[in-house]
Amino acid sequence: MAHATPTLEENMMDPPRGYEEGAGVYNEKLGMWVFLGSEIMFFTALIGSYIILRVAHPEAWKPPGEVLNVPLTAINTFLLICSSVTMVKAFAAIQDGNLAGLKRWLIATVIIGAGFVGVQVFEYIHLVNDGFVPSEGLYGSTFYTMTGFHGFHVTVGVICLMYVTWRAFQGKYSAADHRGVEVVGLYWHFVDLVWIILFTIVYLI
Amino acid sequence: MPTIKSSVAGHASATGEAHTHEMSFLRKYIFSTDHKIIGIQFLIMSLVFLLAGGVLAMVIRWQLGFPGQAMPGGGVLPDTMAPDGIVLPEFYNALVTMHGTFMVFFAIMPLLVGVFGNYLIPLKIGAPDMAFPRINMASFWIAVPAGIMMIAGFVVEGGHAAAGWTSYAPLSERADLSGVSMGQILWCISLIILGLSSILGSFNYITTVINLRAPGMHWFRLPLSIWALFVTAILVLLAMPILSGAIIMLLFDQTIGTHFFGPAQGGQPLLWQHLFWFFGHPEVYILILPAMGFASDIIANGSRKPVFGYASMVFAILAIAVLGWGVWGHHMFMSGMNPTLGTSFMISTMLIAVPSAIKVFNWLGTIWLGSVRFHTPMLHAVAFVSMFIIGGLSGIFMASTPVDIYIHDTYFIVAHLHYVLFGGSLFAIFAAITYWYPKMFGRMMNPFWAKAHFVLTFVAYNFVFFPMHQLGLQGHMRRIFDPNEYEFLQHLQGLNTFISISAFVLFAAQFIFAINFIASWFVGEKAPDNPWDDNGLEWTVPSPPPHGNFATIPRVYRGPYEYSSPLVQEDFLPQNRELPPQPAGSAAHT
Amino acid sequence: MNWLLPPGASTFATEIDWLYYVILWVTGIAFVVTEVALVWFLIRYRARPGVRATHYHGNVKAEVIWTSVTAAAVLVLGLMSAGGWDRIKGRNSVPGDAIPIIVHAKQFEWQITYPGPDLQLGTADDFTVRNQLHVPVDRAVNATLTAEDAIHSFFVPAWRIKQDAVPGMRIQVWFQPTQTGQFEIACAELCGLGHYRMKGAVTVHSQEEFDRWNVNRGQLALGQ
Repeated sequence: MAHATPTLEENMMDPPRGYEEGAGVYNEKLGMWVFLGSEIMFFTALIGSYIILRVAHPEAWKPPGEVLNVPLTAINTFLLICSSVTMVKAFAAIQDGNLAGLKRWLIATVIIGAGFVGVQVFEYIHLVNDGFVPSEGLYGSTFYTMTGFHGFHVTVGVICLMYVTWRAFQGKYSAADHRGVEVVGLYWHFVDLVWIILFTIVYLI
Repeated sequence: MPTIKSSVAGHASATGEAHTHEMSFLRKYIFSTDHKIIGIQFLIMSLVFLLAGGVLAMVIRWQLGFPGQAMPGGGVLPDTMAPDGIVLPEFYNALVTMHGTFMVFFAIMPLLVGVFGNYLIPLKIGAPDMAFPRINMASFWIAVPAGIMMIAGFVVEGGHAAAGWTSYAPLSERADLSGVSMGQILWCISLIILGLSSILGSFNYITTVINLRAPGMHWFRLPLSIWALFVTAILVLLAMPILSGAIIMLLFDQTIGTHFFGPAQGGQPLLWQHLFWFFGHPEVYILILPAMGFASDIIANGSRKPVFGYASMVFAILAIAVLGWGVWGHHMFMSGMNPTLGTSFMISTMLIAVPSAIKVFNWLGTIWLGSVRFHTPMLHAVAFVSMFIIGGLSGIFMASTPVDIYIHDTYFIVAHLHYVLFGGSLFAIFAAITYWYPKMFGRMMNPFWAKAHFVLTFVAYNFVFFPMHQLGLQGHMRRIFDPNEYEFLQHLQGLNTFISISAFVLFAAQFIFAINFIASWFVGEKAPDNPWDDNGLEWTVPSPPPHGNFATIPRVYRGPYEYSSPLVQEDFLPQNRELPPQPAGSAAHT
Repeated sequence: MNWLLPPGASTFATEIDWLYYVILWVTGIAFVVTEVALVWFLIRYRARPGVRATHYHGNVKAEVIWTSVTAAAVLVLGLMSAGGWDRIKGRNSVPGDAIPIIVHAKQFEWQITYPGPDLQLGTADDFTVRNQLHVPVDRAVNATLTAEDAIHSFFVPAWRIKQDAVPGMRIQVWFQPTQTGQFEIACAELCGLGHYRMKGAVTVHSQEEFDRWNVNRGQLALGQ
């Protein structure tokens, strides 16, 4: 009879045991990588459309910095990159079984991540007050759609990070099983990577 | 005996059948994490939408067959749709839109992927459940509000979306052009939610097939149904997000005034078409690949013979999936895109006929030298092949860009798409339902009525859709409320009426299937474990299988099509049956 | 089931119809061969008592042959089609002496602007007519398609021409009628409530008749 209670020797960070050799990683990690494939396609649709529209009508865009606050967003970008670093440190901590370190670095990641969203919202409010709205031509349409959906993904990421942090405080992670930390980390790094691309093509060009 | 990690099947299969699972009815049948229950939930939901899509088709056919006449029972419809039972042009446009939308997104796709992906994958690879059973449950329950929203569009002001299932901009995004506002918004939101459901399902399937195959289930021992479902899941994963992105842009154009597709401020109507069809073409392969997989499994079983050229069949599935990304422009030959692009898309489209042809030849090769049992699933599977041949060959006409100039947006296209989606996918779905029904419900469907349904459906179906080729060749356009407006179409009224009457017969015949389906669930003959003498792993467990599927994880020794093997007396040889070691040089296979 | 096309009345019809019949023959043969094989195998290899199926996995040589034949056939059809496509839709395919007109599609009518007797658009003798296309026989006409609102599609079945009219774009479609008479324009892209009745009347005149009509309308435009 198929029994699923893991024994003490079983390391949940290994691929499922007792099956034909698959991807060589545990299910949740494989699942997140596969899911990120769909996210790549989603952002491809948005970013690809932006490229097509901009190449056809470059005059619809203002020069960098004229409308958007590049310095503020550059700092925000740096913060997001820092949050990827704190995430890596959180993961490294729990790999060594350091639960206290995990909690610390997770909290840091949550705070920075939430901060990023906060700065974005602040920026949106300012832009709207200055009259730069989604209906402001191709520029407004593409800016708000791309950064808005990215911001939505960051927000979801922050919520998931908060959940993982809560579980960390409940002592649910160990060196033998910290799948949730690694998986949310993968998502978080992806969201960061998308932002680096967006920042470059939306703010700097 | 290998243990199964708790990461595999959530808490639900942790204890399996040694304990009586004290789960409430709600946890066991409504909010179940068991892939088999979820598959059946998708089955019920999809069949309801299949019926609804069929009803919409009947109204369309009424108007085309008996234009301007009061529809029997049409009095129940509000005056915004059909005053005195006479269909209005605006309602007609919504009908064609929603018939396509219901059938593609809420019937065929979930029947193939949501039902059989869910039901078959763990069973046929030897796993106790999907990799992520709770996400699987979420996938179904997210699809339900999407479906409700899509139905709700019929009752809002302005009526339902009426820009075609393809929803071309600018018509779809301007209420002043279409007369539709809320309906189109609901259409958009519904599909975004459904897309999420599909994506959740797809990464579950992919992870499961990669990581949870039973020992010995090498990639090239997988049944073709699983290969097809696996590759389809990859297509769903990659294509649905494109649609979501496009629909979000459309929704924003409609609601917050963005300018993606409206030319007034530099937006491009053609951008919608590129995005939609970049999704849309992989989508149609999503709608046919699982059908091809089921056909392979069932034809091998019915012929009592291995699939001819198994490896080629796998490569053909992969080729179709890969090449399918490069042909989307063939939906846009007349769109105004650069003609040079048209030529390149024509060549890629011609080439994609090749892997489909390989599959047809290999199905023929499977039946050749076989010993054919004509059980109902085999009848449907063979019908699938013969109708798919027609659908595929008709595609060659439209692949030729000059010929497409004439037949684009005519009933020739409608004929083609129905030959591949109904003649192809739906017959394969009937094959799959009749084949796996015993496993799902522990009962046999009544064979006489199942065959009667098959014969009536097959005949009526061809009377409906074959003449549509002729309509198209005479220039009869798509999506037109009253062809009699045009002198050059008036002589086709008789043919339209004939098609409509055949369609009513076709629709009526489906009630035989519906009654058989429902009644057999309660009073059908109890099904044995393996009523079809099939080699698959699902037939080694009871009908229906217990929670957790297998008492012990199976060990696989061979491929799934070792019918009529010289190694044994029976004409089938299950994948997990261990044979004594064979002497060297014997007919042992991988 | 009638596989014949209705009579064509343009230079394009000859080319397109010929391609259609070639494809009809090729697919027809493929259809007969495969369907007959299917039915034959089902009958010949039906289950009979005491007869076991042959345990046969496939034949690579056969597969290579039928795959190559199929690939060759579709490639040939593709190459044959490419030439015609270029001649009909190619950006450089429009004859230099084609009469220019503008066809502006809007919900739910065709507004056609003629160049007048000087055969030049953008001059004072231009005039616009709703839902009526007048052209001379055996002369090339180059229509610039525009659209006001939704996407429409300019379709004249007898001439085998079809081209979407897209708002924000100016798209060329040219044709050369070969027969005089009355024909119809149909809209071939769902464009809203009145899509089904967005038709136009085509009159193909002899050259003399067309000249008379053209001069007459041109004079009206000039206010004479």
